[in-house]
Amino acid sequence: MAAAEKIIGSRIKRREDPRLITGEAKYLEDIQLPGLLHAAILRSPHAHAKIKSIDTSKAAKHPGVIAVYTGKDFADVNPMPCAWQAGKVKNNVNTPRVLEIDRVTFTGAGVAVVVAEDRYMAQDALELIHVDYEVLPAVVDAEKATKAGAPQLHENAPNNIALEWTCGTQDTTDRALKEADVVVKQRMINQRLIPTPMETRGCIAQYQAATEEWTVWMTSQAPHVMRLLMTAFVFGVPETKMRVISPQIGGGFGAKIFLYPEYCLMAALSRKIGRPVKWMETRSENYIATTHGRDHITEIEVGAKRDGTITALKVNTYANLGGVLSTIAPGIPTTLYGRMLSGTYRIPNIFCHVYGVYTNTGMVDAYRGAGRPEATYVIERAVDLVAHELGLDPVAVRRKNFIPPEAFPYDPVILNGLKYDSGQYAKALDLALKMLGYENFRKEQAEARKQGRYLGVGFSSYVEICGVAPSAWIGLPGEGWGAGLWESANVRVHLTGKVVVTTGSQSHGQGHETSVAQVVAGELGISVDDVIVQHSDTLGTPFGYGTYGSRSTAVGTVAVYNSLQKIKEKAKLLGAHMLEAAPEDVVFEDGKVFVKGSPDQSKTIQEIAGAAALAYSLPPGMEPFLDNTSYYDPPNCTFPFGTHICVVEVDKETGEVKIKRYIAIDDVGKVINPMIVEGQVHGGIVQGVAQALWEGAVYDDNGQLLTGSLMDYAIPKADFFPTFETDRTETPTPVNPLGVKGAGETGTIASTPAVVNAIVDALAPFGVKHIDMPVTPPKVWRILQGNGG
Amino acid sequence: MYPSNFDYQRAASVADAIQKGSSDGAKFLAGGHSLLPALKLRLNEPESLVDIARLDALKGISVTGSSVRIGALATHAQIAGSADVKKHAPALASACGQVGDPAVRNRGTLGGNLAHTDPASDPPTVVLALGGKLHLQGSGGNRVVAAEDFFLDLFTTDLHPGELITAVEIPSIGQAKSAYAKMAHPASRYAVVGVCVVLEVSGGKCSKARVAVGGATPKATLSAAAANALVGSSLDTAALDAAAQALSADLSDVMGDVYAPEDYRRAMAGVYLKRAVRAAMG
Repeated sequence: MAAAEKIIGSRIKRREDPRLITGEAKYLEDIQLPGLLHAAILRSPHAHAKIKSIDTSKAAKHPGVIAVYTGKDFADVNPMPCAWQAGKVKNNVNTPRVLEIDRVTFTGAGVAVVVAEDRYMAQDALELIHVDYEVLPAVVDAEKATKAGAPQLHENAPNNIALEWTCGTQDTTDRALKEADVVVKQRMINQRLIPTPMETRGCIAQYQAATEEWTVWMTSQAPHVMRLLMTAFVFGVPETKMRVISPQIGGGFGAKIFLYPEYCLMAALSRKIGRPVKWMETRSENYIATTHGRDHITEIEVGAKRDGTITALKVNTYANLGGVLSTIAPGIPTTLYGRMLSGTYRIPNIFCHVYGVYTNTGMVDAYRGAGRPEATYVIERAVDLVAHELGLDPVAVRRKNFIPPEAFPYDPVILNGLKYDSGQYAKALDLALKMLGYENFRKEQAEARKQGRYLGVGFSSYVEICGVAPSAWIGLPGEGWGAGLWESANVRVHLTGKVVVTTGSQSHGQGHETSVAQVVAGELGISVDDVIVQHSDTLGTPFGYGTYGSRSTAVGTVAVYNSLQKIKEKAKLLGAHMLEAAPEDVVFEDGKVFVKGSPDQSKTIQEIAGAAALAYSLPPGMEPFLDNTSYYDPPNCTFPFGTHICVVEVDKETGEVKIKRYIAIDDVGKVINPMIVEGQVHGGIVQGVAQALWEGAVYDDNGQLLTGSLMDYAIPKADFFPTFETDRTETPTPVNPLGVKGAGETGTIASTPAVVNAIVDALAPFGVKHIDMPVTPPKVWRILQGNGG
Repeated sequence: MYPSNFDYQRAASVADAIQKGSSDGAKFLAGGHSLLPALKLRLNEPESLVDIARLDALKGISVTGSSVRIGALATHAQIAGSADVKKHAPALASACGQVGDPAVRNRGTLGGNLAHTDPASDPPTVVLALGGKLHLQGSGGNRVVAAEDFFLDLFTTDLHPGELITAVEIPSIGQAKSAYAKMAHPASRYAVVGVCVVLEVSGGKCSKARVAVGGATPKATLSAAAANALVGSSLDTAALDAAAQALSADLSDVMGDVYAPEDYRRAMAGVYLKRAVRAAMG
């Protein structure tokens, strides 16, 4: 086991990086096919309108134009499916069509398409299409959309309510709030974000009429799911009629999970025209037509005893879902949000009520963290509000309410049968406090205040949920997908000893080709260089649900691990045969099979793989080749946790917030590659801090996106940050044999409340209790102006 | 991201450029860092682009007498790194070093920047404060226009159709002190507000001052009121507060947007005036 322990947990460089750094990796935009045509999509300039008529005649005559179509030409193509119908979504599901036919409900909805010999010609012809719209009143605010008199988007959704969902118990929570020593109420906004992956979306579809089969290249985090949804749900054909390939993907952050109308449109176009058709999204399109994230309006009431013990939490949230529902939109503000509101604390009474609401804005769906950042923001702000109200140290209130290590597995009741797997919350907090030097900081803060400088510290002791898969939980109709989200793996040890792993999960920056290879190398006692990890093509990989929710390691890599155990068992049988020993007498260690106590006489995994492949002397009944496929349905999710601390200084004159220090202690269970985990943590923190301070999508009252470009929408730059101070505690999960939990989203989940708590702490001398994100300089300045600053 | 059709012509000389640029629907192309994004978004659809980027006559930075002459095609990076500019017009070197990011600074040119005159751009504010003069050449001949007469309004200058900026002449600040202080927008890094001050100080008193503001107003704007508040003072806290108030009160047409409302920009003009003065006095 020595070799295994050495490779699993080692800081090896990512094997995918050379091709990315040298520019050799092939992205969707790099793919060229003979006869390839190019599509451009005409999008609605109005947020809410009826389409009265569309005149495409001039565009059709433009040089180079092959065809122009409108929604009516695709009336036989089904609307996109909504795959996660959480929250009693029943008869009010409204999803996009490949092109809208008679009505648009958000600015950016596709209404016509031009297919031309090149993209410039297609773009020119778009300007020649005339659409006669009847513009209707718009509503962009989720709370206002539910009120009487608001514009109605869909006949089947009165008051624009797409879903209503609750968890916890209302009467006990109300009673506990009544009996609490203090109750703090706060309204808080978790603003809309635009995911902004470096690479926008794109798709190429190629249809072969003779076989009625498609090959589709798309920027997808979940190619198998895309194939299933496109074939079975949108086109009504068997999934065997389509092959989906995700080429190199330039980031997704969740926005590339979903089935978008443009992908189905390309498939429909290729089938109509008989040539391959390509669409690559511009950045301007990306901002209006790709999903957004977050966008909650939330009222909370938190009750506590005088000593800081939290007794009740009541949450009411309006979740903005956009003009139509994206693929898993209903699941994000319900299952992945409400059920995590207990955070790292024992809270005996919780009630959460959510309205999912249609508004005249772009679709909202999962964005890095997906529900858990919103939940963490609520509970971590709530703890600070209680501390502030009672005049207690926010650290002390956290400690007072932490779920203690001996309480695991812990049932927070609202998790619908799942239990927090393992946790040492105080240990992570202690380590973070030690790195901060808390007592010294408070002295420094007091000194600074005397000089008119405003320092603040904010804490976030979070827990999140990863490995979204267990069939018993996520399969439950009305709550989950109606399907278990198991993962798959196939491991083959070739004649030469090279190991090929295929996985149904997908890698778009997570480093699977490295971390999965480390697990294989560790388990089989071979070099990482002898492992090839293949993914992202439905041809040649077993079905899997893709990459999101920090699930690839906790679910997909466990499937790989399980296959490796079966490969090792078979290798032992064959090795024993080759050594002329009894199977029960041999062991598999460091890549060799030998009789217990006699390692000098051994057969290497390579020798055994060769023998299995040549197959001229196998034990009776043994099939040739070392080859195994596993499907893994985990018994539980995994629950990473930790404490993040942010130190800020607020400039009283300008309202600018400067991040002075950022400390992150994350416990993601067993770590396969610390460098990859650190990269994920750094990236996550950057995105979370960016939500706290800079990012925010703003629509005007007419549903026009005011932050529609990178000139206006502030994604973070490297020089906005200090060097992060990161460390880990390591509490393996008992859920899976690798002990891994997941690390892709912790930074995004933990960081927003750490930053906002720090700003509120800095502004405490001005009586500030809360400030909404993004905490921009003008916002702080205005508060200070009003509070005698 | 897909511009409409346009003709591309490369100018062989300044005279050739002026001739080609005089036709209807022609635009000059220098560094392209303002023009190309506008083309890609189809906000600007010129019939032809006249590429002047290779005209050596418009390049180079030199010192003549008591002023520094900067060719219109000098890039922001070249200006930021020029020993001559750092010596004679340090605020301009500083401002050019704060334009965009390294890619923009390495391609974008001073002439292109001033001709485009984006209200949130840094160089116009500084050229105005430093009393720069723009050398223009067109079919009607050559002329020299002071910066205060050149910037007319939002994206509007005194340039005639087909006229080119050939160089920008900045009088050396000599013994005067100067600085440019900027609050950058977190998305674009354009100025939410940028203030440039040029101060002459003798015997501990400010004897002469020029104050220019950008970002907050449709065009780079001089404030005599703010300058007057500084002159005669010892640039102490009270004087700076008074000048800041004078500046905030003096500005008309302050712009507001989704990020920074009008009253905030107005207040920040004052704050950044104080910061610029403090930076100038070191």
